[in-house]
Amino acid sequence: MTYSALTLLREAFRGHTGWKPAWRSPKPAAEYDVIIIGGGGHGLATAYYLAKNHNVGRIAVLEKGWLGGGNTGRNTTVIRSNYFYPESVALYELSMKLYEGLSQELNYNVMFSQRGMLILAHSEPEMEMAARTVNAMRLNGVDADLLGPEDVRKRAPILNFRDDARYPIHGAVFQGRAGTGRHDAVAWGYARGADRQGVDIIQNCEVLDVIIEGGVCKGVETNQGVIRAGRIGAAVAGHSSVLAEMAGFDLPIQSYALQAFVSEPLKPVIDTVAFSPSAGTYFSQSDKGGLVIGGGLDRVPSYGQRGNMPMQETVLSGLVEMAPAVAKVKLLRHWAGIVDVTPDSSPVIGPSGIDELFINCGWGTGGFKAIPAGGFLFAHLLASGTHHEISRPFDLDRFTGGHLIDEGAASGIAH
Amino acid sequence: MQQFPCPFCGLRNEREFHFAGEAGKTRPDTTGKVSNADWASYLYTLKNRKGEVREVWMHRSCSELFILRRNSVTMAVLGHEQLRKDVP
Repeated sequence: MTYSALTLLREAFRGHTGWKPAWRSPKPAAEYDVIIIGGGGHGLATAYYLAKNHNVGRIAVLEKGWLGGGNTGRNTTVIRSNYFYPESVALYELSMKLYEGLSQELNYNVMFSQRGMLILAHSEPEMEMAARTVNAMRLNGVDADLLGPEDVRKRAPILNFRDDARYPIHGAVFQGRAGTGRHDAVAWGYARGADRQGVDIIQNCEVLDVIIEGGVCKGVETNQGVIRAGRIGAAVAGHSSVLAEMAGFDLPIQSYALQAFVSEPLKPVIDTVAFSPSAGTYFSQSDKGGLVIGGGLDRVPSYGQRGNMPMQETVLSGLVEMAPAVAKVKLLRHWAGIVDVTPDSSPVIGPSGIDELFINCGWGTGGFKAIPAGGFLFAHLLASGTHHEISRPFDLDRFTGGHLIDEGAASGIAH
Repeated sequence: MQQFPCPFCGLRNEREFHFAGEAGKTRPDTTGKVSNADWASYLYTLKNRKGEVREVWMHRSCSELFILRRNSVTMAVLGHEQLRKDVP
């Protein structure tokens, strides 16, 4: 059923009894043309674009838990393309453009709110680096503005403009088209869109082993039986190394927990996203009023999807430095997702090294913003077996060739 | 906070420790020719195991480098080994 004001009105009059499930829950078939492992944002978007743009017939998405139950539902929902290198900007700007039309395309409101993002600069040298970032972004064709302290104050008066601030605000890099989205809606919207085109979305289906015959990937063993396929794509984020070990290929990935926090609901205090690299914290405010707070990676590699104290202290003390007025606000929730970090803080999209097995991983702390592009490019790769020009630089071969795309160093953004 | 064991100082707050990398990698012999694949593998490939891991850590307070064995899911410390050799 297509969602519209009219269907909403009709259902309101009949007590909301006519809504149908947004996707089916089929039993897995014995064989598919393409299997995608991982029913998070990237996996579901891949299935959607495979069906829509590439006309692939039988597609299944296998999810060990529930849709978007991993990092897609455990992030701070920021969407931005303020990167440094041309390769990264091409990738994240593709994602931004797809996000801009996504609610219309999916007929599902992903609540993409382009409220802008401030990256604060706290000293004169940081302002020089901010100017460099703005210039790089503009050269790459992305919107960026260098704001002075008064401009920042107008946009976000809640920030710390006190004379005794440890990190006084000299200005900021501002990307006006950046913003936040509704993370669950992105997963559900793509799931519904994929299902409508005949994709089988199979939840509670955990991949236990990868079937390799004569060096070629032929399918997977799951807790719901063997499922064979002509081609397999894995989009399993923090568990990419676990899958690589099953299949027998190598990855340059370390898994870490990335924590985030939501406060009790408040009256509106900030209508943009503010990030202070010095404080190690960023925050925005959700439509419900909760402050959504994030920071850097944990210091200890981990597969435990739990928060812990050291990073909590760092991030929350950073928040209090950024906006002292919110010091007494209470936290409502606190969670951690397991993210897959590469040596150059850039993703991996490409062949795994085993025939017919392809990977989409290494998004680190920035996977949510990249969901539409990750899906779009991975679908192209799975359908054609060759790279789209935007995903080419992100192949695994960059590590042997030495063509790293070191965004961690270049844009200074926590990844 | 969790406490990690330093072979020299004993149990200390986890914030004093720094993760240096997975244990068990051997640097290719660079007196001979090393292929790009071997060098890249040495630099970048990680096992990144879910479960029991063996890693090199540093206790920054005293600069002691040592092996820490722990569980990467439960975060339990399973043991540690001294890397420093005693004076002969």
